Amino acid sequence: MHSSTEPAVRFVEVVKTFGGADQCHRVLDQVSFSIPKGMTTVIAGGSGQGKSVILKLVLGLLRPDAGSILVGGQDVPKLGYKALQQVRMRFGVLFQGAALFDSLTVFENIALPLRERTRLDEGGIREKVEQTLDQLELGGHGQKYPAQLSGGMKKRVGLARALQLEPEIVLYDEPTTGLDPVMTREIYDLFARTQQRLGYTAIIVSHDIPQVFELADQIILLNRGELDVFGRVEEIAYSRKPFIREFAEKTMGLPTPGRI
Amino acid sequence: MNVVQQSINRFSSFLGDIGDRFSYLLTDLGNMGIFLLFSLAGLFRRPFRLAELMKQVAFIGADSLVVIFFTALSSGMVLGLQGYYSLSKFGAEGLLGSAVSLTLIMELGPVLTALMVTGRAGSAMCAELGIMRISEQVDALECMAIDPFRYLISPKVAATLIAVPLLTAFFDVVGIFGGYLAGVKLMGVNGGAFYAGMEQSVTNHDLRLGIIKSFVFALLIVWICAGRGYFVQQIRGAGFGAESVSRITTQAVVLASISILIFDYLLTAILL
Ligand SMILES: Nc1ncnc2c1ncn2[C@@H]1O[C@H](COP(=O)(O)OP(=O)(O)OP(=O)(O)O)[C@@H](O)[C@H]1O
Ligand SMILES: [Mg+2]
Repeated sequence: MHSSTEPAVRFVEVVKTFGGADQCHRVLDQVSFSIPKGMTTVIAGGSGQGKSVILKLVLGLLRPDAGSILVGGQDVPKLGYKALQQVRMRFGVLFQGAALFDSLTVFENIALPLRERTRLDEGGIREKVEQTLDQLELGGHGQKYPAQLSGGMKKRVGLARALQLEPEIVLYDEPTTGLDPVMTREIYDLFARTQQRLGYTAIIVSHDIPQVFELADQIILLNRGELDVFGRVEEIAYSRKPFIREFAEKTMGLPTPGRI
Repeated sequence: MNVVQQSINRFSSFLGDIGDRFSYLLTDLGNMGIFLLFSLAGLFRRPFRLAELMKQVAFIGADSLVVIFFTALSSGMVLGLQGYYSLSKFGAEGLLGSAVSLTLIMELGPVLTALMVTGRAGSAMCAELGIMRISEQVDALECMAIDPFRYLISPKVAATLIAVPLLTAFFDVVGIFGGYLAGVKLMGVNGGAFYAGMEQSVTNHDLRLGIIKSFVFALLIVWICAGRGYFVQQIRGAGFGAESVSRITTQAVVLASISILIFDYLLTAILL
């Protein structure tokens, strides 16, 4: 059986490239890391460095060129259809573009996982969805369609949808882009609260530095296919790698000891 | 590098190119085959989406009635006039009823209905699925462990298989009525002879051919149109984003129409 210290997600020497052999683009170059259970891991890095690709690899939406991706001890790229579905059931996902179903109303979007994956009756579904709508300040917008929402509202609906089934692991791809500072603050407070309540493992891709680092138990920095893992924010400042020092200076305003 | 070396290089890259294209073609065909199997299997997977099925039947079937009505009426009337013109050369106007009804039931009804449905509903299906694919909605379904085949595609398959044969029957009836209008009311063929000819010449075998055709065409429409939309990102040369969806939709309509015509010939040759 799995020991309790086994990580929720583990990447082992994963390689991911795009494009044919002629114009090969190595997004991940033999990266390895573990995401510990019940904790929050933040993935940061410049645009186009492969943050979203990591999330899609975890979900089996993309296949790696080499290496294994273990979720609860199972190698995701090797799983058959049924087993993959079982693994996916453990996740709640917020896509970068929210990926709402645009022919369904906000209410129906949030209700969909409940309708399809639980035995709740209509009353129960209504109650649960209304409650989430209120929590995310979306009350009164239930009957709108995604095309009628602002970017930030879409993000919040996506978030609500991801949390409906109380997942074991949540993947948030830039949950707060397009939100104002107040709403951003509230979303992070909500994360902290729901994680305390549900105890899930969280993987958050975010640019809200240093705000998101307050939540982080572990930080992964991604640059040109390479990846560095830090246990604490302060560790970043002590890194010797030039790109990480630069990152720390620019994003967090941290003094870099190496310079003194 | 000498000339021989150069031409050898060119030849081998040419061979490589052919191999590349061939393997792409096989992958594409394989994908489409799997798509067909999965969407048929999805028909039997619970929970069924009855409301969605009704919605799709209304969209593919009921909303096509007007288009089908006018297509059927005009082609029936043309058949009536032309049939009268040709048959009267032999003094055989009495055969008009049989000529019009057989042509409509075995050939024009199924084919024209299928082509109209391809243009109206097939294109819409392709675009809808293509947009859902590029905006990651299909990925989102998969992440919720909801089978996109059962949820999205099988209702469309079932609805097309229900709607197209019914529309074909509607086409046949309206078309025959059009032939009657043109032949009997305009050209003065004997109405009784028109009906009698129809009754004597149309057999169960002819009806069966028309029905088989309409089912096969329905399957072709939904398979090709939905399949192309579903795989929009894997199709070579489609481009990206909104443009890829528009190209794939055009391609799907052309492909489906041509397949319908080819299968029309094959089915006629085999089953007649
Ligand atoms: N389907 C794809 N086909 C080809 N290349 C891709 C594909 N998906 C991603 N890439 C490439 O992989 C790289 C990483 O993309 P990714 O979406 O993971 O970036 P990101 O780190 O999430 O950036 P951002 O912060 O802008 O969202 C990019 O250079 C992109 O061009
Ligand atoms: Mg991204």
